[in-house]
Amino acid sequence: MPAVRGDGMRGLAVFISDIRNCKSKEAEIKRINKELANIRSKFRGDKTLDGYQKKKYVCKLLFIFLLGHDIDFGHMEAVNLLSSNKYSEKQIGYLFISVLISANNELMKLIIQSIKNDLSSRNPIHVNLALQCIANIGSREMAETFGSEIPKLLVSGDTIDVVKQSAALCLLRLLRTLSDIIPSGEWTSRIVHLLNDQHMGVVTSAVNLIDALVKKNPDEYKGCISLAVSRLSRIVTASYTDLQDYTYYFVPAPWLSMKLLRLLQNYPPPEDPGVRGRLIECLETILNKAQEPPKSKKVQHSNAKNAVLFEAISLIIHMDSEPNLLVRACNQLGQFLQHRETNLRYLALESMCLLATSEFSHEAVKKHQETVVTALKTERDVSVRQRAVDLLYAMCDKTNAEEIVGEMLNYLETADYSIREEMVMKVAILAEKYASDYTWYVDVILNLIRIAGDYVSEEVWYRVIQIVINREDVQGYAAKTVFESLQAPACHENMVKVAGYILGEFGNLIAGDQRSSPFVQFNLLHSKYHLCAAQTRALLLTTYVKFVNLFPEIRVDIQNILKSNSNVRNSEVELQQRSMEYLQLSQIASSDVLATVLEEMPPFPERESSILAILKKKKPGMSEGVTGPLKENKHPAAVINNTGVSYTKNSENAPSLAVSADLLGISSSLHQPTINSAPPASSNNTSTNLLVDVFGETTSPTAGGAKSAIGDGIIVKNEESLKKFICKHNGILFENDLLQIGIKSEYRQNLCQMGLFYGNKTNFQFLSFTPSISSPNNLSTKLNIQVKPVDTVVEAGAQVHQILNVECIEDFTDLPLLTIQFIYCNVQQKLTLRLPLTINKFSEPTVMNSESFFTRWKNLNNPTQEAQKIFKATYPMDSEAVKAKLIGFGIQLLTGIDPNPENYVCAGIIHTRTLQVGCLIRLEPNTQAQMYRLTIRSSKDTVSKELCKLLHELF
Amino acid sequence: MLQFMLLFSRQGKLRLQKWYVAHPDKQKKKITRELITTILARKPKMCSFLEWKDLKIVYKRYASLYFCCAIDQDDNELLTLEIIHRYVELLDKYFGSVCELDIIFNFEKAYFILDELLLGGEIQETSKKNVLKAIAAQDLLQETSPSSSLPDWNLTVILHALTWDPLEPRKHLRVFLKTMALVKGNASEDCCSNETTLGFGY
Repeated sequence: MPAVRGDGMRGLAVFISDIRNCKSKEAEIKRINKELANIRSKFRGDKTLDGYQKKKYVCKLLFIFLLGHDIDFGHMEAVNLLSSNKYSEKQIGYLFISVLISANNELMKLIIQSIKNDLSSRNPIHVNLALQCIANIGSREMAETFGSEIPKLLVSGDTIDVVKQSAALCLLRLLRTLSDIIPSGEWTSRIVHLLNDQHMGVVTSAVNLIDALVKKNPDEYKGCISLAVSRLSRIVTASYTDLQDYTYYFVPAPWLSMKLLRLLQNYPPPEDPGVRGRLIECLETILNKAQEPPKSKKVQHSNAKNAVLFEAISLIIHMDSEPNLLVRACNQLGQFLQHRETNLRYLALESMCLLATSEFSHEAVKKHQETVVTALKTERDVSVRQRAVDLLYAMCDKTNAEEIVGEMLNYLETADYSIREEMVMKVAILAEKYASDYTWYVDVILNLIRIAGDYVSEEVWYRVIQIVINREDVQGYAAKTVFESLQAPACHENMVKVAGYILGEFGNLIAGDQRSSPFVQFNLLHSKYHLCAAQTRALLLTTYVKFVNLFPEIRVDIQNILKSNSNVRNSEVELQQRSMEYLQLSQIASSDVLATVLEEMPPFPERESSILAILKKKKPGMSEGVTGPLKENKHPAAVINNTGVSYTKNSENAPSLAVSADLLGISSSLHQPTINSAPPASSNNTSTNLLVDVFGETTSPTAGGAKSAIGDGIIVKNEESLKKFICKHNGILFENDLLQIGIKSEYRQNLCQMGLFYGNKTNFQFLSFTPSISSPNNLSTKLNIQVKPVDTVVEAGAQVHQILNVECIEDFTDLPLLTIQFIYCNVQQKLTLRLPLTINKFSEPTVMNSESFFTRWKNLNNPTQEAQKIFKATYPMDSEAVKAKLIGFGIQLLTGIDPNPENYVCAGIIHTRTLQVGCLIRLEPNTQAQMYRLTIRSSKDTVSKELCKLLHELF
Repeated sequence: MLQFMLLFSRQGKLRLQKWYVAHPDKQKKKITRELITTILARKPKMCSFLEWKDLKIVYKRYASLYFCCAIDQDDNELLTLEIIHRYVELLDKYFGSVCELDIIFNFEKAYFILDELLLGGEIQETSKKNVLKAIAAQDLLQETSPSSSLPDWNLTVILHALTWDPLEPRKHLRVFLKTMALVKGNASEDCCSNETTLGFGY
C-alpha cells in the first residue's frame, strides 16, 4: 500500500474543486485568471517561498496548462524545484518541465545541470527521475550532453535493473533525436547481450533499443539473431507459471515475445540451420497454441495470445520461405475472419492483405473470398469494411477479377461515403490491370460513373479515355455504350464528359445506325448541354466542332448552336471564346484544314495509370503492401506500359503547352479545369501553330503560382497573395478556418486610403480583437500610417471594417506589418501578415510620345539610375496578360514607341511627399528562350531597383 | 512506438495527455480535438482500432473514461490495448478502485505511474508488481506531512474524520474529495459519473 501523501497540497485540491464547480466557461476563465494573478504576485513578492509553496503553485500552473491555457511564467520556479532535497518537490519540478518546457528554452542549461546532478546521485530513484526527464524532453542538446553517459549506465555491472530499464529506453529516445550517438565497437556486443539478461524487464526494455540499432546498422548487430531466437524459444516453451509476474493473463511475456518477433523481421530468415530450425519450431508452437482451448475467458488473455500470434504471422510472411507455415497462418486468419470479436476480424483482414502478396499463400487466401465479400456486406463498422475492401483488392488476380470487381461495384451502391472515392479508384485499377477484354473494362468504368459519379475523380475518367483512344478494338464499342448510357433519363455529368469526348472522336463509328445517326447523337448530347457546368459545356463545344469535321451534314445545326446568344455572349469567357473561334473555324477553314485541325487524337504515350499514383499517395502503407518492391514480381503495378514519366514533372516543364496531346494525363492541379478538359486540339505538328492561334489559350496566371516563393517563417506566408496585390487594389489578403481578411484600397498621388475587412468565419465571438500596424526597419519615416481603432469584439459571422490612411513620405522598400491578435474559444490567436503596400501603388500613369520618351530615357543615363534584370518567364508569355499586368502595376503602356512591336514600353510618376520620381520602363520578351529583359530608368536609384524587383516577379 | 496517449471523459474533457513526439501546442490541441470527436462518435461494439492519418489509433473505454493511444503503422494493436489495460490496473491498484475523480485530483500521480510503465513511447516494465514497487519507493521518499495541513472547515473536517480509513488511504482521499464536492454543491450527474470506478473487462 502506498504511504499516505500527507502533504496533499490542499490548495491545489481546493483550486481543482473550484474549477469543477464553475458553471460556465467564463466563470472558469475568471477563476483561472484570479489564480494566475495570485501565483504571479506570490512569485514576484519579496517574501521567499518555501519549497512546499513553490511546489503547490507550480502544480497549479501545470493544472491550468493541462486545462488548455497558456502559461508564460513559473518556469524558473520549477527549475528551482529540481534541486530541492525533498523528493516530492523535485518530482513536481521534473513533471512541470517535462510537460511545459520546449527544447530551446533558455533555462535548458540550468535544467541539464540539475539532471547531471541527479544522474550521478547514489539514489537510484533520483537517477531514474533524471532519465525519465531526458526521455520526455529528448532534445538535441540533451542527446549531445548525455549521449555518451547513458550507454555506460546501461551496461555497467553496478547499475541496478530498474535503472538499466530506463537507461535503455532513454538511449533509444536520444537515438531517435540524434542518430550519430549510436554506440558502436565494444558496446555492440554488450548491448546485444542484454537479450540474455536475467531480469525480464531489462530484456523487454533493451529489445526496443536493439531493434532501433539494428535498423540503423543490421550487420553490426547480426549477433542478436541467435540470442533473440533462443530467448523466444525459452518463452514460448515456458509454462505460464515459470515467468511469474511477466506472465500476463496466462500468456508468458507477451510484450517481450512480440518485440523479439519484430526484431527478427529486420533480417532475412536465419542462415544457420540450427537457429533457423529453432525459430521455425517457435513459430509452429505459437500456431499450435492458437488451437488450444483458452486458459481464461478474459479478453486480456485472448488479446495477449493473439497479439503474439499476429506478430508470428507477420514474421512468417516476412520470411516468405515456409509454404507450410504460410498456409497454416492463412487458415488461422481464416478462422478469425468469422470470430465474434470485431477487433480480431479487423486484424485478420489486415494481416491477410499481406499474405495475399506471397506466392505461396496467394491461392490459400483466395479460398476466403466469399467470407470477405460477406464481411464487406455485413460488417457494421466502416473501418472493418474498409479492411475488407483492401483485402479484396489485394487478393484480386486474373482468375477472380471479374467476380471481385462485380462485388465491389455491387457494394459501391450502398458504400459509406467516406470510402467511396478510394473504392472507385481501386475498381478502376483492377479493371484496367486484369482486363483481358477491354469492352469489360469500358463497361466497368461506365458503371462506376453511373453508380458513384460524384466520386469518380478526373483521373478515372481521363484514364478510360486514354485507353479507348489507344486501343482501336474497343473504340466502336465505347461509342455505342456511351451513346446508350446517355439515353438514361438521369445521367451523371461525368458521363456526359466521357460521352462527349468519345463521340467527338469516334461518333462516326456508330453513325451508320439510324438510331444513332449524327443528328441523333448531336441532339442527345445537346439535350444535356444546359444542365452542365461550364467546364463540361466547354468540352461539349469542342465535341460539336469535331462533329463539324466528322459529319458535314449537320454543320449548319452546329453553327446555329455556336452562334446562339447564350454561347457567343456567355458570361463565361472560356465558352464565349470557344464558341466564337469554333464558329469561325467552321466557317472559314477549308475542309482540308478542318480535317487536319480536328483530326482524331493521336495515341497517348503509354504510362502508368495516374489513378495508381493517387492511391499510393493516399495510402502509402497500403499500396506498398500490395505493389511494393518486395513482391513486385507477383503483383506488377497497374500499367499498360510504364514509361516512367512522372506527371507532375511533365506538366511543370510545359505549363504553357496546355493544348498539346498530353492533356488527359496531366494532373489537373496546375491548370484551370476548362483548359484541361479541352479535348480535341492538336493532332500533329503542322497544325500546332494554327491551334494556338485559334484557341488563343491562355494558361491562367495562377498556374505558375503553385511554385510560390517560400515565406520567411516568422510571418504568415502570404507571399502569393502579396504578389497578386501588386497589380490590384482589392481582394482577399488572407484566409484560414477562422478569419478572412479583405482589402479595398484607393490611391491618389501620394495618399492612400485602405479599408481592411476582418471577417469572423466561426460560430464564436472573437474577443480582445486587436489589429495593429507596425513598420519594420525605418519604414515609419517613409510611410505615415494612421489607423482607426476597431471594436474589440467580433461577433460570430460578423465583419469588422478598419480604415487606414497612408501617406507616402519618400520611397520605400519594406512592407508594413499587420499583426492581429484575438481570443477565440479561450485560445489566444496571433498572426502577422505583410500589407500589400508597395511603392508602385503611388504611381500615376503618364502619357508621352516617342520623342519625349527617348529624350527622357537618354537624360537618365547615370548608371545608378538604371536597374536591369534578365530572367526566365515564370508564366506563359501571353501578350494580353503581360499588358494587363503592366497596366495594373500603375504605369502607362505606350504603343508605337519601340521599334520592335514585341517590346513593351511604359511610363509613370511615383508620388511621394518630398519628391516626384519619373520612371521609364522597357520590357523585352524573347519567346524563343522564354526570357525577358526588364530595364527601368528613374530619377532615383532606389526607386529603379525596387520597381525592378517588384515587376520582374510578375512575369 | 506509442506517439501519444490521451485520456478523456465521455463529455469530451481531456483528463490526461502524454506526448512521446514533440508537437507545437497548437497542433496538440488540434489533434486532441479531432480525435475526441472521432472516437466519441463511434458506437460501443465497433472495432477498437482505426486508421488516422498515417497512424493507428487504439482506444478503449473504461466507465466514463476513454483511453486512446496513437501508434505507428507497424506496431501491435492488441498489445497496445493491453498496455492501456495494464495502466488501468495500475491506477486501480494504486488508488484502490480508481475513478475519474482520482485522476482529476491526482493528475501528477497518474503521470508518475505512466512514466514507470512507458518511457519514450515504449513499454518499460510489464510487471505490475515491479511498477507498484517503484511507485511505493517514490512515495516512501516523500516527507510525512505536518498535521496542520489538514482541512479546517467545520463540516468537511467532520466528514473527513468520519470517513478516515487508515487501511485504505486512497479510498479515504477519494471519499473526502467527493464529500468536498458535495459540500460545495456539486452533486450533479457529472460528479456521480466521475465516481464510477473504471472496472475491468468490458
